[in-house]
Amino acid sequence: MNWDQELIGLIGGVVLLLIIASVLTRFLLAKADGEGAKNTLLNVKARTQAWWGMVVIFTLAILIGKTGTLLLFGLMSFMALREFITLTPTRPGDHRTLFWVFFVITPLHYWYLLTDWYGMFSIFIPVYAFLFVPMRSALSGDCERFLERTAKIQWGLMICVYAVSHAPALLLLEIKDYAGQNAKLLFWFVVIVEISDVLQYIWGKTCGKHKIAPLVSPNKTWEGLIGGGVCTVLIGTALWWVTPFSPLRAAGMSALVVIMGFLGGLVMSAIKRDRGVKDWGQTIAGHGGVMDRIDSLSFAAPIFFHVTRYCL
Amino acid sequence: MTSSLIAGMLRLGTGAVARWQGCGPELRQRVYFANHTSNLDGPVLWASLPPVVRARTRMIAAHDYWSLGLFRPWLARQVFQAVLIERKKPTAECNPLNTMLEAMGQECSLILFPEGGRQTSPEPQPFKAGLFHLAKRRPDVEFVPVWMENLNRILPKGEILPAPLLGSVTFGQPITLLDGETKVDFLDRARSAVMALREPC
Repeated sequence: MNWDQELIGLIGGVVLLLIIASVLTRFLLAKADGEGAKNTLLNVKARTQAWWGMVVIFTLAILIGKTGTLLLFGLMSFMALREFITLTPTRPGDHRTLFWVFFVITPLHYWYLLTDWYGMFSIFIPVYAFLFVPMRSALSGDCERFLERTAKIQWGLMICVYAVSHAPALLLLEIKDYAGQNAKLLFWFVVIVEISDVLQYIWGKTCGKHKIAPLVSPNKTWEGLIGGGVCTVLIGTALWWVTPFSPLRAAGMSALVVIMGFLGGLVMSAIKRDRGVKDWGQTIAGHGGVMDRIDSLSFAAPIFFHVTRYCL
Repeated sequence: MTSSLIAGMLRLGTGAVARWQGCGPELRQRVYFANHTSNLDGPVLWASLPPVVRARTRMIAAHDYWSLGLFRPWLARQVFQAVLIERKKPTAECNPLNTMLEAMGQECSLILFPEGGRQTSPEPQPFKAGLFHLAKRRPDVEFVPVWMENLNRILPKGEILPAPLLGSVTFGQPITLLDGETKVDFLDRARSAVMALREPC
């Protein structure tokens, strides 16, 4: 195991942030009057508590190393896909396809990462699985809404498995003068994605007025995006020393993560709204389902991965 | 121990959360009746009850299915405490109604699927008369409608391998047989009570 001082510092910083958040929520809750403010703060409290759990699990996985990290992200993909397909009306004719998707394609995809098979990792789902899904469904002989059903399963695979897996794939990148330190880059990326979500939420709740897409997500405001975005870029830049980037590049990469995360959240909200639900599930108290927590990550990860790979 | 483990696995595997909408989990004698689309229905309904209630709840199951092989009879008897009934040809000696009444005794609750078998249609089939006769013989018992969601997608009729989607079990408001209510009316009302728990989609 590699006890990297900078990684320990990063973990310590996150823990400190959580302590501050927990104390602050408790303090505000004691002083809050009014039903609305109290309910918001109770939700914030539940979210903070869940954050403790998520931070502990993620830190453990990172410290265990590549296997632990891949196992964690693999499980998250599995659970997100489960939520995604549950909300997607499939037909009995898709049953066996779904068995393959969950129990063969998803584990295989992560296995390619485990064995450093980069070529197969990048084409397995977009090429092999993409073609396999309609073939298997056609064999079961149900034509009703065929293209729609197939497209939805392919989409679920692309977002929940393929896109999400680009976060742990950061461990595979060969970066000059950064060998053996990729876990820090992954940690930085996840911290920035999630902090961007949290800060946009806080800015939106406190001074959000102008809605960006009221029909898709009434909680997303310009004030939230700009306030939260600027703060996130500042934090990301201040932490440039754990990344292989220069301060300027770290700022650019943080901005990229903010924008992709925001748009990812918007897209996933549009799907939820169309299906008439507020959350993807109820696995994580206060947050909703797994997909509610990683919607921004799933859109930010592939772009972040490829830009990093191209630039360094 | 084994049965808690199996119940836990069933809940984890189907993601089934119990939603107590019209009543809470109670120890009083009840008949839980639900729509039936999957072999998982009985076990999952049983698993979604709290352990104390579960220990006193018996599932009514088909003799012809649960007696096959070695594993199924063990599950049925040792774990689910199932009451196996003959659904093909009820005779005077083995009338399912008597078996059910006997199994209930003075403290057990039952899990019953009044459609008589698994259905593949989107709407539940008309209910069989057993539920009505049970209600007539035991007016002191609460009849709780239950909607089983998505289990037909997890393990549809005719499939062996599951797809790990998320199911749910919704418990509604108990009904009892009204004075002078006819068989047809009661069975209709019971079926609507089950269907009313379905989430609008």
